[in-house]
Amino acid sequence: MVQASPGADAPLLQVQGVTLQYKTSEYVVTATHRVDFDVYPSERYVLLGPSGCGKSTLLKAIGGYLTPSEGTIRLKGREVREPGPDRMMVFQELDQLLPWKTVQENVAFALTASGKASGAEARDRAGHYIEKVGLAKFADSHPHMLSGGMKQRVAIARGMAMEPDVLLMDEPYAALDALTRRRMQEELLQLWEDTRFTVLFVTHSIEEAIRIGTRILLLSPHPGQVKAELNSIPPEALGTAAQVELETRINDMLFVH
Amino acid sequence: MSITVNDAPRVLRPEIIREPATSGFGAVQKPISAWESVYRLGFLRKAFILIVLAVIWEVYGRWLDNPLLFPPFSETAAALVTNLLNGVIPERAMVSLRTLAIGYVIGVTLASILTVVAIGSRIGTDLLETLTAMFNPLPAIALLPLALIWFGLGSGSVIFVLVHSVLWAIALNTHAGFRSVSNTLKMVGLNYGLRNIRLVRHILIPAAFPSIVTGLKVGWAFAWRTLIAAELVFGVSSGSGGLGWFIFENRNQLETANVFAGLFFVILIGLFVENVIFANIEKRTIRRWGMQH
Repeated sequence: MVQASPGADAPLLQVQGVTLQYKTSEYVVTATHRVDFDVYPSERYVLLGPSGCGKSTLLKAIGGYLTPSEGTIRLKGREVREPGPDRMMVFQELDQLLPWKTVQENVAFALTASGKASGAEARDRAGHYIEKVGLAKFADSHPHMLSGGMKQRVAIARGMAMEPDVLLMDEPYAALDALTRRRMQEELLQLWEDTRFTVLFVTHSIEEAIRIGTRILLLSPHPGQVKAELNSIPPEALGTAAQVELETRINDMLFVH
Repeated sequence: MSITVNDAPRVLRPEIIREPATSGFGAVQKPISAWESVYRLGFLRKAFILIVLAVIWEVYGRWLDNPLLFPPFSETAAALVTNLLNGVIPERAMVSLRTLAIGYVIGVTLASILTVVAIGSRIGTDLLETLTAMFNPLPAIALLPLALIWFGLGSGSVIFVLVHSVLWAIALNTHAGFRSVSNTLKMVGLNYGLRNIRLVRHILIPAAFPSIVTGLKVGWAFAWRTLIAAELVFGVSSGSGGLGWFIFENRNQLETANVFAGLFFVILIGLFVENVIFANIEKRTIRRWGMQH
């Protein structure tokens, strides 16, 4: 198996000893406990675990929406303190597009609002990425006229158009039907082949993790702790015994104690 | 063919594979009937309701046969046309609308400032909630005596009570709208690097627009109502009276048809603002965006 992290490169994202806590009205809940991992450039890094393992919370902390109570998160050596356009989020929710803007405007607005591009350049770049996700025909539609899969495609186009250091995807296909989800997974891999962006992907599906990821971080629940960090199989090996073997291995790690 | 499941024989049914036809199933789309397309026009349905109401009014007025108490529709319409043509009603309406516009704009401005402060901090929210709880139930008219002492017998007092009637309704609705904006959209805005006033301007205001429009509509209705009532009590302000004063004057002279004409014009302005101005705003914004159906 090929080593996913090339030794020469420095890690792009470093998560060191991160403990995350949030308060409800009665308790302080620890979502993750001293989680460490590194993500290297052009990796497709998957956070996998059952519900309650804090994987979404971890992603939100990397996005800058939560501050760790312990440990540090560094992107390109700089500590993450607040949300910013260098880490674009693709959310699970289908309402993440601005309903008052067309598809084209949604992508272009991200660029202008963050100051990454302006005017004609923003329009061109938006158009380019909308075409990449196959929605050129719908560029002037408002989000409420699109299907769930199309909305997520726009969100991905928006994330990619920003050309962030890392694309953070929080169960982006969880709200889609199984057939659409399968197609979107293939499309994401195709897009990755084109531009080799770094992506951090959260999922609770073992199959999706193997399909999407080059490297998989397994988290155990209550509170979330690193259980293992595995290499996934190359896309050619999907559907072979290797996939079944890895699935069984992950399954055993998650459910057999 | 048969196999055995739980010791009982089960018939294995043959598989079926078909090619879906590409033609020969008639029209997939066809136009709706003429009657239905007429019925779909909102203004026609509303016009029909208005005509029915006018007919009921006319019939009742003639049956009562007492124009001093209840003039029929035709007499009211005639009085309205007379007063429109001799320029009395347009002049009075202009006075009312000008005062209204000033009060409304000040009210909207104060409401925006108050809600932006409220969304910015916890104490701001408390301030808005406390102020609204205190003043929203207070009828604007109840402030008139005070306003008279403070601002004298002029448009100043009317504008003061107008602002009071507009401010709380709009602030309350806008704030409720801001609070109901989905967390995901706020996170998207933060992700773009938008903060504070830019976040309000680019994310919160458009996302809360349905509530804001409702607030503006409620505020408009309150303002119009308060204005006519205040004019009835105040009478003439700064030399020329508004529509409320027109109604009051004609009542004193027992010109009941003119009183009705004045009220009718108030209603017409209300219908115009609701069905033309606000309806157009909604059509171009929240309906186009799929936020309201």
